[in-house]
Amino acid sequence: MLVAGTDFWIAIAVVAIWIGSIFLFTPPPPSAPAQVEGMQLTRDGMRELIEHSGMPLLLLDGSRIVIANVEAREVLGRHILGQDARVAFRHPAAVDLLGRDKGGSVTVQGLTGPRSTWQMTRQPIDGRYWLVELINRTTEADISRAHTDFVANASHELRTPLASIIGYVETLAEEGENVDPDMAAKFHDTVLKEARRLQNLVNDLMSLSRVEAEKHDQPRDKLDLGALTERAARDGAGPQRLDRLVLHRPEEPITVRGDSDQLEQVVRNLVDNALKYGDPEAPVEVSLAHGERDMAVLEVRDRGEGIAPEHLPHLTRRFYRTDPGRSRAAGGTGLGLAIVKHIVERHRGRLDIASKRGQGTIVTIRMPMVGEEVEGES
Amino acid sequence: MTEHTVKAFDEDITRLRGIIAEMGGLAEVAIQDAMQALVSADEDLARQVVERDVKLDKLESEVDELAVRVIALRAPMADDLREVIAALKIGGVVERIGDYAKNIAKRVGRIEGRKRFEPLTLIPAMAEVAAEMVHDVLTAYAARDPVLAREVIQRDDKVDAFYDSIFRNLVSHMVENPATISSAAQLLFIARNLERIGDHATNVAEMVHYAATGTYPPEERDHDA
Repeated sequence: MLVAGTDFWIAIAVVAIWIGSIFLFTPPPPSAPAQVEGMQLTRDGMRELIEHSGMPLLLLDGSRIVIANVEAREVLGRHILGQDARVAFRHPAAVDLLGRDKGGSVTVQGLTGPRSTWQMTRQPIDGRYWLVELINRTTEADISRAHTDFVANASHELRTPLASIIGYVETLAEEGENVDPDMAAKFHDTVLKEARRLQNLVNDLMSLSRVEAEKHDQPRDKLDLGALTERAARDGAGPQRLDRLVLHRPEEPITVRGDSDQLEQVVRNLVDNALKYGDPEAPVEVSLAHGERDMAVLEVRDRGEGIAPEHLPHLTRRFYRTDPGRSRAAGGTGLGLAIVKHIVERHRGRLDIASKRGQGTIVTIRMPMVGEEVEGES
Repeated sequence: MTEHTVKAFDEDITRLRGIIAEMGGLAEVAIQDAMQALVSADEDLARQVVERDVKLDKLESEVDELAVRVIALRAPMADDLREVIAALKIGGVVERIGDYAKNIAKRVGRIEGRKRFEPLTLIPAMAEVAAEMVHDVLTAYAARDPVLAREVIQRDDKVDAFYDSIFRNLVSHMVENPATISSAAQLLFIARNLERIGDHATNVAEMVHYAATGTYPPEERDHDA
């Protein structure tokens, strides 16, 4: 009885241990590993996945920005990480999209610059997260606008010199010998001058359209703005006006990312304008400095009669002239500053024109400098 | 503060900044649309600007409520307190900017014979400068960037110069064409509103500078052209 009892208890114990072992071994299997993998992909995996996707992408946790890839940080600024999404997208259309229960897509104006257009798409992930995708539509909108502008302006500007060339040549051809030699020489002169103007105009229009075509393609080459400015300023002044040019630049190189041909054109155009419209007796100062926030600051200052304040905002428009007769007499095409503005914009710079009547005009260009590679995560 | 309070405070601040940004976006679009309505004499668009201002008022009271609650419940100190105070003030100012835009929109219908007005080409240019100030100051707020804030402050001179030039222009226009005095006066008020928008953007810039650094920006407006 006692022995049988012991066997009985042993049998119970063995069964109990066996049953217990089933419980011990069963819980871990199938579901757990998959869960761990899924968890890993959520943040770090996601970050890696979208970091270099070529277009701005952001991941929102509810309404907060938790991941922004490299393009998004470039377009919207680093400060948006961890912020409410409305801080990055404050346009009412975007705020409306962010407030919806479902995903969707809207067009947002002025997200990065006054004339930028972006297509913004938001889609849910896992119920809690949202993926925001941005597509730049600025170029498409620009092209159609630029096209209409060009046809309207250029046809007018091209027609004027053509009309006078045709007029004079017709007179010369019809009247032939009846025109006295002095008069004929004067006519020929005018025809030549108008033809040259036409040539300059076509050249300027070509460079303007080239700059516009590359507008959204940022220059990558590093170059020293100091040496470039000196070279281009001398070139823009030409041998006859070189003595009126005063140049200040720091000893150390000012390195920027830029297209050297285009930046030379900027300096040449500004120096040429300053010499042309400034006081012919006074010097033109060109100075380059390392400004606040690592900006290269280029200033061209003349001591002319200045520009009336009401003209200032329009100076960079194509074919805008404060005094049409004088500009044409000086051989201006009305495109110089428009070209400058487009080039500066392509280089992510800023163009400012300040002027006081009777004291002269200062044109300032600020462009981001390249430091010693301070790229990296914040 | 305990960890819980820190987290809750952080969430409140993030929301507060989000609402301010949303208000800013509305104010920016209000200026643009009011100008568009003025230039193209689009009274429907002008009416929309006026209607949308209600939303801005609602958001402002949301900012007030949230800011007061944060101060009462979390008792923030030092730069956290500055952040909340700045948000409270900036919310009020941005709402005023929206009001000026609404005011411009309301005047659109009262201008007659717009083709003859030379200043009508100057006002949009002035609005562009003022709107850019508002845009950049909001970006400075979002990025807590005191340098950009100072830049915005310097640009107010440009808006003032525009105002002077438009003022002179309109007064001489009134003298020469007494029949259009009432329309010209409307434009004068519009220019005045834009000038105030520039001043308010400057105020916001000062507060952004204050929230970021704890000091108000130095007066450097005249000698740095």
